[in-house]
Amino acid sequence: MTKNIICVACPMGCGITVEINDSGEILSVTGNTCKRGDAYARTECTNPVRSLTTTVKVSGGTHPVVPCKSADALPKGKIIECARALRDIEIKAPVKIGDVVCADILGTGVDIVATNHCPEG
Amino acid sequence: MLNYDIVVVGGGPAGMAAAVKAKECGVDSILVLERAETLGGILEQCIHTGFGLHYFGEELSGPEYADRFIQQVIEKNIEYKTDTMVLEVTADNKVYAVNSEDGLLEIQAKAVILAMGCRERPRGALNTPGTRCAGVMTAGTAQKYVNIDGYMPGKKVVILGSGDIGLIMARRMTLEGAEVKLVCELMPYSSGLTRNIVQCLDDYGIPLELSCTVIRIHGEERLEGVTVAKVDENRRPIKGTEKYIECDTLLLSVGLIPENELTREAGIDLDPVTSGAVVDESRQTTQPGVFACGNVLHVHDLVDYVTLESYCAGEGAAKYVLGSAPEKKYISTKGVGGVRYIVPQKVNLNAGEDVKLYFRVGRVYKGASIVVKYNGYEIMRRKKPRLAPGEMENVILKESELQKFAEGGLVEISVEE
Repeated sequence: MTKNIICVACPMGCGITVEINDSGEILSVTGNTCKRGDAYARTECTNPVRSLTTTVKVSGGTHPVVPCKSADALPKGKIIECARALRDIEIKAPVKIGDVVCADILGTGVDIVATNHCPEG
Repeated sequence: MLNYDIVVVGGGPAGMAAAVKAKECGVDSILVLERAETLGGILEQCIHTGFGLHYFGEELSGPEYADRFIQQVIEKNIEYKTDTMVLEVTADNKVYAVNSEDGLLEIQAKAVILAMGCRERPRGALNTPGTRCAGVMTAGTAQKYVNIDGYMPGKKVVILGSGDIGLIMARRMTLEGAEVKLVCELMPYSSGLTRNIVQCLDDYGIPLELSCTVIRIHGEERLEGVTVAKVDENRRPIKGTEKYIECDTLLLSVGLIPENELTREAGIDLDPVTSGAVVDESRQTTQPGVFACGNVLHVHDLVDYVTLESYCAGEGAAKYVLGSAPEKKYISTKGVGGVRYIVPQKVNLNAGEDVKLYFRVGRVYKGASIVVKYNGYEIMRRKKPRLAPGEMENVILKESELQKFAEGGLVEISVEE
């Protein structure tokens, strides 16, 4: 089977072709222009993952929300669920870049970390 | 009156990078003026990742990318004023600005770096018929509501325009629980990055309709729905294809306009295609000592390129102040046959280094070639698997090549199929 995918590893957006045999083994990856593309294509065909960026509520800060991201990629199928869970979280100011706002989200082993500062105010 | 060697108008990625570079080049007296309450510019609300892959070799979110430069501005003791609005830049490089603490500021600068960025094309620029109800806003406005103010502007969303901000907001609204019913695009192609179509629309099953536009806005107090229709090759709605979509929010992602009011008032020449200033390779405008960089000069698709361009402007301004700028011997550049524009519009043959020419094509090409000519003679040809209006291209004019050119010459870039 041939799968045509578009790499999202960087803004280049390379078109990649993956050859897969009947038992699901990847035979070849072509069309990528870097190593990251090869890795992306392989996980995309076996266990697709995405990073998540969203916001969480902050109390006592200069802003009502602070942006955050998954420190690692999450299973693609869990993104919506994780975003929903983060809507119910509220943390306290001050927040610094890199602070863990939610550890091991939904048992995925991935932390959610702040991507901006939110001083008290 | 205050005196500074360099005044930077705008504290976003362009202004900060230009200020940092100018400081590194030996200019100490620098003042950055920023209209918003913090440095960082539009990156502060661009919380998605994808910034910095070229420049930092890692994938950062907008605020993280901005923070790298904010920290440098602080470490290098570069002065800045936030909540400060620049009102005028004069022909003798005087800058008038105002804020609630200092009142009116009159600043004499030796050099000025214009880094005001862009604003979004608003509804008024589209002439879409219908009522003036609440719920119609630009994608960037919605982005600020959601990501900075923590406020969701609606539940059922239609997005007009498939530029990157529109695509990013389709995903963002979905993650916050809204239903994005449709992204429609007037053109037969999306101007957004392909990867954003994949990871912002396809991943969430959001439909994208090309050659389609909103032809009517319905609702009294609040938006109740929009009528969309397919358009023909002349972008005119096709009768019989109209479709009503119920929604409470319409986001517009229909292009960016460089914010050049100050530039225009100063009498600096503007390029009608980029809507930004005409500049040389050091990003100096037609007014001596005034430089421009970032989205105010031309719309970039990656902030990494904004940073690099702003380094050029920062270095150019520093050399101008220090009196080490090379003597000017210009050739011009021109986009022809499918190339919409080139920045810089002129190149100093005494630049003393390789010069990168950035350009954009007018439509999607597959397997075409980029051809560079000097005074009609072909000097470079490069085959490209794909060219698209949403992706900025560049070619390098080698320093050794510049040596062979004569003042007043013309470099043209075209696309050949």
